[in-house]
Parts: sequence; C-alpha cells; structure tokens
Amino acid sequence: MRGAGCGVRGAMTGTVPLSAYLILSAALFAIGVIGVVIRRNALIIFMAIELMLNAVNLTFVAFSKFLGSMDGQIIVFFVMAVAAAEVALGLAIIIALYRNKESVNVDDINLLKG
Amino acid sequence: MPEPAFFVVMLVKIAVVFGLMLLSVAYLTWLERKVISDFQVRLGPMRVGPHGLLQPIADGIKLMFKEDIIPQAADRTIYVLAPTLALIPAFISFAVIPFGDRVRLFGQSIDMVISDVNIGLLYLFGVASLGVYGIVLGGWASNNKYALLGGLRSAAQMISYELSMGLSVVGVLMLSESLSLVRIVGAQSQTWFILLQPIGFLIFLICAIAETNRAPFDLPEAETELVAGFHVEYSSMKFAMYFMAEYANMITVAALATTLFLGGWRGPFLPPVVWFLAKLYLVIFLFIWIRATLPRFRYDQLMRFGWKVLLPLALANIVITAAFVALR
Amino acid sequence: MEWLLFVPLAMLALATAALVILLRNPIYCALALVGTFFALSGLYLLLQAEFVAVVQVIIYAGAIMVLFLFVIMLLDVGHEPPPWLRQDRPRLLLGLGLVVLLVLELAVAIGSWIAPGIRGPYTSDYVNAVGNTQLIGRLLFTEFLIPFEITSIILLIAIVGAMVLARRQ
Repeated sequence: MRGAGCGVRGAMTGTVPLSAYLILSAALFAIGVIGVVIRRNALIIFMAIELMLNAVNLTFVAFSKFLGSMDGQIIVFFVMAVAAAEVALGLAIIIALYRNKESVNVDDINLLKG
Repeated sequence: MPEPAFFVVMLVKIAVVFGLMLLSVAYLTWLERKVISDFQVRLGPMRVGPHGLLQPIADGIKLMFKEDIIPQAADRTIYVLAPTLALIPAFISFAVIPFGDRVRLFGQSIDMVISDVNIGLLYLFGVASLGVYGIVLGGWASNNKYALLGGLRSAAQMISYELSMGLSVVGVLMLSESLSLVRIVGAQSQTWFILLQPIGFLIFLICAIAETNRAPFDLPEAETELVAGFHVEYSSMKFAMYFMAEYANMITVAALATTLFLGGWRGPFLPPVVWFLAKLYLVIFLFIWIRATLPRFRYDQLMRFGWKVLLPLALANIVITAAFVALR
Repeated sequence: MEWLLFVPLAMLALATAALVILLRNPIYCALALVGTFFALSGLYLLLQAEFVAVVQVIIYAGAIMVLFLFVIMLLDVGHEPPPWLRQDRPRLLLGLGLVVLLVLELAVAIGSWIAPGIRGPYTSDYVNAVGNTQLIGRLLFTEFLIPFEITSIILLIAIVGAMVLARRQ
C-alpha cells in the first residue's frame, strides 16, 4: 500500500511517518547484531543485545501510535520487565564465569565443564 | 497566552527558580553549620560578616581559586564529566514542583510551577535515578580504591532506598489519583496527606535522607572509614560541584516531601510561596537535626534496614491504603 | 516541527549505538548505551508515549545500566583490541558491507509504506484527554492482568536466580 506524500521522500514538513521510525529501528537493530558478532567481550555482547531489544521496543511504540492501539506500549512494558530479569541473571552468570576463568572473553569460554 | 509572552514568562520562571536554588544551596551550608554548632553548644562561623553571613561567599571564592588537581592515573574524560552529571539531575528535578497557586500578573494568569507535566512524579523519580551516575563514575574515574568503594557503596545504597521511596509514595498516588504534582497539591485542600499516610511519610523521609547520602546514612563519604568516599581526589570547582549537588538534592527532596505530604504551598493567611518555603525549611531543619543527633549506620545494618524493614513496611502501607481506598 | 526533533534524536541514537560497539573501554560503551536510551526516550515522547519514555529512563538508565557499570568496575575487565585491528578483517568488512546493504534495502522497501489494517480506538486526541499513564494502568489491570502477574513471577525467579548464581560457593 503506497500513500502519496507520506513516505520518507515526501515533504520534510509535517509529521514524521511510521516508516522513518521503522528504518531507524532497523538500523539500530543491525548495529546491535554487528556488535554481537564482532565483539568478544561478554559484557559488550550483552549491551548489544539490549540495544536490539530497544530497537524492537521502538517499533512497538511507533506501531502503537500509528495504529491507534495501546497494545504496543503495554508489550514494551513487559519487554522492559523481562529485560531487567535477563540482565540480573546474565550479569550473575558473567560474574560466575569470571570467577572460574578470570576472563569475560567469549573465546575463552569454550568448554562445557567448568 | 500568546507565544512570545509564554516564552518570556517561562524564561523568567526558570531564571528565578535557578537563582533562588543557587542562593539556597550557598546559604544552606551556612545554615547547617550554624544549626549544628548550636546543637553542639558552640558558635560556628562568626568571622566573615555579622554572624558569619558572608561565609558561603568566602567559601565560594576560596574553592574557585584552589588548584584543580587531576590524578595522573585518572580517566580524564569521565573525571571531568562526573561532577556535571551529579549536578544536572539535582537542579532539573525542581522543574515540576509547584511552589504557589496560580496568580494574575500583568493581565496574564501564571502558574507558579515551571512545567506542570502529567507524569511529574515519574519524571522526578527518573531524574533521581540518574544522580547515581555522577557518584559512581566520579569514584571510578579517580582511580583510587577509597573513591571506588565509596562510589559503589553509595550507588548500592541509592538504588536500594530508591525502591522503598518509590513504593512509599504509591499511597499518595492512590489518594490523589494523579501523577501531576499540581494535582497532588490540589487533592490536599482538605487534609494533608501526612495525616492519611503517616507511615508513607516516615518511610519517604528516611529514604530521602539515604538518597541524599546524609547522616546517619552517610557511609559513602564516611570520613573515618573511606577518607571522603567518592570525591577524595576532587578539588577546586569540581569538588564544589559535588558539594552543590548534595545540597541541591537536599532541597529537592525536602520540596518533594512538602509537596507530597505537607500540602505543598497550601496554608492560611500567608502567601503560598511563604508557606511553601516555611515547610521546605522545616523539613531541611529536620534533616540537620537528625544529622546532629544520630550516629552512623554500619553498612550491613543499612542494607538490612532498607530491604528487610522499609521495603515490607512500604508494601504493607500500599495494601492497607488500597483496602481503604477500595472500601471508601 | 516534528522532524526538527526526530532527526537529531535519531542521529544521537545511531551515533551512540555505533559507539557502543566500537569503543574499547567497556565503561565508555556503557555510557554510550545510556545515551542511546535517552535518545529513544526522547523518541517515545515524540510518539506521545510519556509513560514508556519515563519508564525507559528509570529502568534502563537508572537501574540496568548502573548494574552494568557495577559489574564492569568490580570485574576490572581489560580493554579489548579494537575490532578493526583483528586478524579476520576482510571477512569483518565483508559482513559489515552486507549489513549496511541489507538495512539500505530495507529502508528503500519500507520507505513509503503505510501500515495497513484497522486503526484502534486510541487516537492521539483520546489518549491526550484520558492520559497515557491512566490508559496503560487501566489496561494492565484489566485486559493484561494475567501477563502482568506472570511478569512479577519472572522477576521473582530472576531475583532468586541471580542470588544463587552470584553467591560464592
């Protein structure tokens, strides 16, 4: 479905279209993916994952606004709660790993047994 | 209101509040020294001006002309950035606190609040949660073990007590049915919330003292254990900025306590602003009184108190208030 | 007017996000990520989601990132050699190029797309009249009550799990 004058290439005046938010979100998500792939520090990989979660949150809120529904914002609320739980557990795991290996480099963590 | 007039009024309000805030911060140091010296039966600052009234100015000049030392092994960028990060949240939180009723001036009706946002209270908690950064980063960037330990202690303490602080005001929210501080003050036209929420007020006050890192919760800067905590290495204006942030935070939490529990600017006979300031300084006097009276907590006591006493108490307060609101 | 706010915020979000994955010192990475969260919070305000915007600051900037800083400071994590000096640089650049291509392609594909489907009842006028926070609160305790309760169980499990994992044996 294509609407005249509503695209990014439309006039730079007026409201920001949904697609602008979606593209920004896609770019942020891509940066997060790159971070997970190129970095070897477990903490920074974890931050990149948070970045990806936030990129998804942005799409939820954008859709919520443009579709006139509150569901998106509620889901973001749940995502944040789960992200908080995930960070608490993930950091605890990283601390436990550091105790055993003296390192947070994911290349050093290559054995199934401690 | 036409737009240019709106901007002018806004700028004037910001300038006045900011100016008063700076002045209050300066004279709060004088007030605290004077009150504590009274408690300890001594005179306190007397030399600079009558009754030491010019002491804050002398202190300011002294701090400005001190040598600015940056430790060699410090992380320069963050070391310079951290005091600013502590100061900004302390000052911008005042933006949503109402300090008077709507007045008519030059034919315009002006709200005596910089910005009445509908999420005012959430905004305040958001800003308050950022105050940790200045402290924890300052402690880390100094590259000093006392500073690091002080910074980490302080951050752990602030996060722990922020939780109970947030829960302690839920009762107020349920009674006023709004997050806007202007509406919360409006809801207290009959009774102040301190009468309906005495436990909430008590928890809030304790958490406020812990949040501002004041005695008896001043472990992060416990002189006898940690030299001076997170700001050991700081000198000159950077130290002054931490100092100002601490006192500005004190004013903010006192203003918040006034707004949430003591009826804000409401009161008979006197103009609203006078009532607001009177209540504000009453709460601040209480803070100083507590500092002069109580000994410092031990770190494990502090954490146990926060998590095992204040948190369950705050939750119980919410349940009771909810039952009360539902049955009303 | 909206573009005037959107473009700087979007730029800030992208720049800080890039810094997160490019800087060597983990503390700087964490601070850059805080910047991204602030930019996103601003974007949420632009989307009239005040509650989400403030909760974003309270939870992400105020709690999660402080936790990250704690762990980084306590573990004394060393600096990692920058990604662009690694052995497998050609492959890295190839992957990077593919990602940029993919995002650009996506941008072209959805550039002028408008979400089809039925518009819900929550128009911005209605949300402004009732209040964003009030609406979210009402929905959380009616329509989404069970997910809401499950969230609290998840958080409880996380607390217990973190205690068990991080405790010294």
